[in-house]
Amino acid sequence: MEKILQVIDLELSFHTFAGEVKAIRGVSFDLHKGETLAIVGESGSGKSVTTKSIMRLLPETSSEFKNGEILFDGKDLTSLPESGMQKIRGKDISMIFQDPMTSLNPTMPIGKQVMEPILKHQKVSKAKAKEVAIELLKMVGIPNAEVRYKMYPHQFSGGQRQRIVIAIALACNPKILIADEPTTALDVTIQAQILELMKDIQKKVDTSIIFITHDLGVVANVADRVAVMYGGRIVEVGTVDEIFYNPQHPYTWGLLSSMPSLDLEEERLYAIPGTPPDLLNPPVGDAFALRSEYALKIDLEQAPPMFQVSDTHYAATWLLHPNAPKVEPPATIIERMKTFRGSRYYEGTDGNLGGEA
Amino acid sequence: MQLDKQQLPPEKFERVVIDTDSAERISKPSLSFWQDAWLRLRKNKAAIVSMVVLVLLVLMALVGPHLNGRSGDVQNLRHANLPPKIPGIEKLGIFNGVGELGGQKLDLYEVKKVDEYYWFGTDGLGRDLFTRLWEGTQISLLIAFIAALIDVVIGVAYGGISGYFGGRTDDVMQRVVEILIGIPTLIVVILMILIMEPGITAIIIAISITGWIGMSRIVRAQILKFKGQEFVLASRTLGASHNRIITKHLLPNILGIVIINTMFTIPSAIFFEAFLSFIGIGLQPPAASLGTLINDGYKVMEFQPYVLLFPALVISILMIAFNLIGDGLRDALDPKMKD
Amino acid sequence: MVKYIGKRLIYMFLTMFLIATATFFLMQTLPGSPIASYNKLNESQRAIVEKKYGIDKPKPVQYAIYMKNLAKGDLGTSFVFKGKSVNDLLVNRFKPSFILGAQAMVFGTVVGILLGMLAALRQNTFWDYGSTFFAILGISIPSFVFASLLQYWIASEWHLLPVGLWNDGWKSSILPSIALAMGPLALSARFIRTEMIEVLNSDYITLAKAKGANGYEIAFKHALRNALIPLVTVLGPVAAGLITGSLVVEQIFAIPGIGEQFVSSIMTNDHATIMGTTLFFSAFLIVVIFIVDILYGIIDPRIRLSGGKS
Repeated sequence: MEKILQVIDLELSFHTFAGEVKAIRGVSFDLHKGETLAIVGESGSGKSVTTKSIMRLLPETSSEFKNGEILFDGKDLTSLPESGMQKIRGKDISMIFQDPMTSLNPTMPIGKQVMEPILKHQKVSKAKAKEVAIELLKMVGIPNAEVRYKMYPHQFSGGQRQRIVIAIALACNPKILIADEPTTALDVTIQAQILELMKDIQKKVDTSIIFITHDLGVVANVADRVAVMYGGRIVEVGTVDEIFYNPQHPYTWGLLSSMPSLDLEEERLYAIPGTPPDLLNPPVGDAFALRSEYALKIDLEQAPPMFQVSDTHYAATWLLHPNAPKVEPPATIIERMKTFRGSRYYEGTDGNLGGEA
Repeated sequence: MQLDKQQLPPEKFERVVIDTDSAERISKPSLSFWQDAWLRLRKNKAAIVSMVVLVLLVLMALVGPHLNGRSGDVQNLRHANLPPKIPGIEKLGIFNGVGELGGQKLDLYEVKKVDEYYWFGTDGLGRDLFTRLWEGTQISLLIAFIAALIDVVIGVAYGGISGYFGGRTDDVMQRVVEILIGIPTLIVVILMILIMEPGITAIIIAISITGWIGMSRIVRAQILKFKGQEFVLASRTLGASHNRIITKHLLPNILGIVIINTMFTIPSAIFFEAFLSFIGIGLQPPAASLGTLINDGYKVMEFQPYVLLFPALVISILMIAFNLIGDGLRDALDPKMKD
Repeated sequence: MVKYIGKRLIYMFLTMFLIATATFFLMQTLPGSPIASYNKLNESQRAIVEKKYGIDKPKPVQYAIYMKNLAKGDLGTSFVFKGKSVNDLLVNRFKPSFILGAQAMVFGTVVGILLGMLAALRQNTFWDYGSTFFAILGISIPSFVFASLLQYWIASEWHLLPVGLWNDGWKSSILPSIALAMGPLALSARFIRTEMIEVLNSDYITLAKAKGANGYEIAFKHALRNALIPLVTVLGPVAAGLITGSLVVEQIFAIPGIGEQFVSSIMTNDHATIMGTTLFFSAFLIVVIFIVDILYGIIDPRIRLSGGKS
């Protein structure tokens, strides 16, 4: 599959009064044409920062690329001048933000806000841009778009505002759409509508989507592939089935166990103990080891490399090393693995293909 | 993403039990609100410099009048209109006692046969301006501090009672404030000063009479904000008395904003005193305040600009210092607060 | 909205009524009698003068007459300028004060907004520190000190502009306008800087960046309008500051304006003029604050529909 975006060994730090915060510590992933890649993780895991750094939306004065490249369209976005970035933003890569209540300019009619990227990136007349904008508003499901075009953001509900933000993001048919927790701030019923809308649109315009969320339910619904981030690193990446039904990293186990489920009869919901690492002084080795009941000695000394599980599935945990002891994942995870062809707990009839590397 | 090829000894792969508590070790010592605020304030160079300058000025206001043994209201017409002359600095060509007389530049100390040094010169009545300057600063600061204190006491009490007890009490008290706030401060100050005997008391009363309103509104808004919050409700549920809620929960939380506001009240009081004295309805001669000194200086500005220069400098530096400290405190105590 | 305006109007009248009443009775307690300037008169002459100005009647009657005249817009007769009505005095002196105030306001806010924007857009650089320091100076240095210094250097020493008076056309108005403008300039610079910084950190500015907008478009198309709207709220304090400033600035530059007249009426114990000018200033400020509140509701689309500011 065609790689539309490659992030290679990206490292990024924030300079704060307290010191250097290593927000991204060596992140690599590819984005393929037309796919939806979900990035999941707790707050502070670096998922938002990763995507904002692709768009170069982080404050230039306090953030610094320490290493790595972001390759898009033959260019390294980390070293592109600001004017070059301005030509990419909103045209080739566009973004949807978390809180629709604050992401629209309160003193500008919404139609003008949708028109803005069209006028900016395409050589069209104002009348034509207006036409396109109304088309877009209709496409994202704003009823009566010709009239509501002149209205201000406060005259729309949260769900409608997110639709408008999506219309803005789609204005120039971007190659990549980055959605930074687009449904977190919305009611559950509205969430479902927005997710449906995004799936619909992806079919129509054939864009690649990077979908950031901490909600695994949403991931299962929209994603083709999933990258799990922890402590500024990607700890596991694979197809949605691989991550949900054959997870390898203890952190992924923790995430999946803490997801409420109707199928499994659990007495109580699992919660990962402890708090995310302090990235001012990131822990040596596997950042998750301090919160993991599966920690190995080496976890505290050396960061694990990416071990390959399958063609599409990689995980950064020493548990996959040939010398590592065999550990039993939590019961709920074993239940999940039982249904996955290729996992070591597979109970189907196709035979065990062996899960460990 | 390649498989790790390096040979790692098997004992490295022993499982360890991690005490999850240790993962949550607090890496930094915990700081109280005020310690944290002080740390932030210390980073604000302008505020720290202002504090030092302010302390120096207050010290000078206290000891300055006694430094050269002259009294500020003793007139000596023989020594009238002498420009500043400071030992040591005089050799640099400034503050050397040279002034204009009949279109010529002369050392007026020689002309008038004066051996003494008047550091900041003398006025038309031969009074020592150095002594008068610090006496004036003392009076101005005194007026400002007392006026600010009165504003704080009345403002906190009025706003606190209004906000805490709410209901009808609040209604009545706020209607009064709504009317008072419509009356321009300047007008009230001038009218009050007109009907009272001119003097320090009159100025203080005039400044305080509406000065507390701003403070009371801020305090009321803060009290309203905190009184509905869970920690106060919890305390009330546990049977805490009004007294306890106010002193233990509400006052500590509004203290910061009260201090910040006071830092802006003081310079405004200094300004109003000087303003009243400058237009001639404040302190009356021979009493000195920064305002009267500036007024005196303004009258002879064309010929003896130094008479205006020193009090103008002191009042400007005082005002700048208070404003910078106020800004610094505001940033330190509540980085999100705007006004 | 209508209900809100109605309520505000009632408060305005109540406030004005209280100010008028308070001013009247405070005037009666003034230590110096206006008649003092007629010291050389004998008993019968004084009686005639007292009758002429209506101060021979009992206080309540004087008050009733005063309020009745006030309702008709008549501020009474000056005690010092013989036979001249206070209304005429105010009208004659309105123009210079108005010109100075308007020039100071326009110059101060425009320059202040630009300085504030510069500071916010170049946060933590030389430009930011420079304009912030300038604003602190403007807020801190009393208008009469600044005006005196301007007069001394620019007019007396360098002879660039007239020292004072109102007889050299526009040139006469430059120095006093600049002196008056420092307050509005500093206030709006500080205000716009804070507002701009907050706006620039908001999500919709990030979204505008994500659309590909450049620095200019972000500053002027998106940020400025949102930062400007709340600036309207400082117009009240700015107007009050202009009046305070005008008292001393007109005095210093010998401008025949209302401020200068107010100070001289205080000096000459001209009760009618003091009262009239007090009422004029109060009415002016009350109306400005009222207009500001209404204006705020009109220019902010968020409040426009929901009707009125609470």
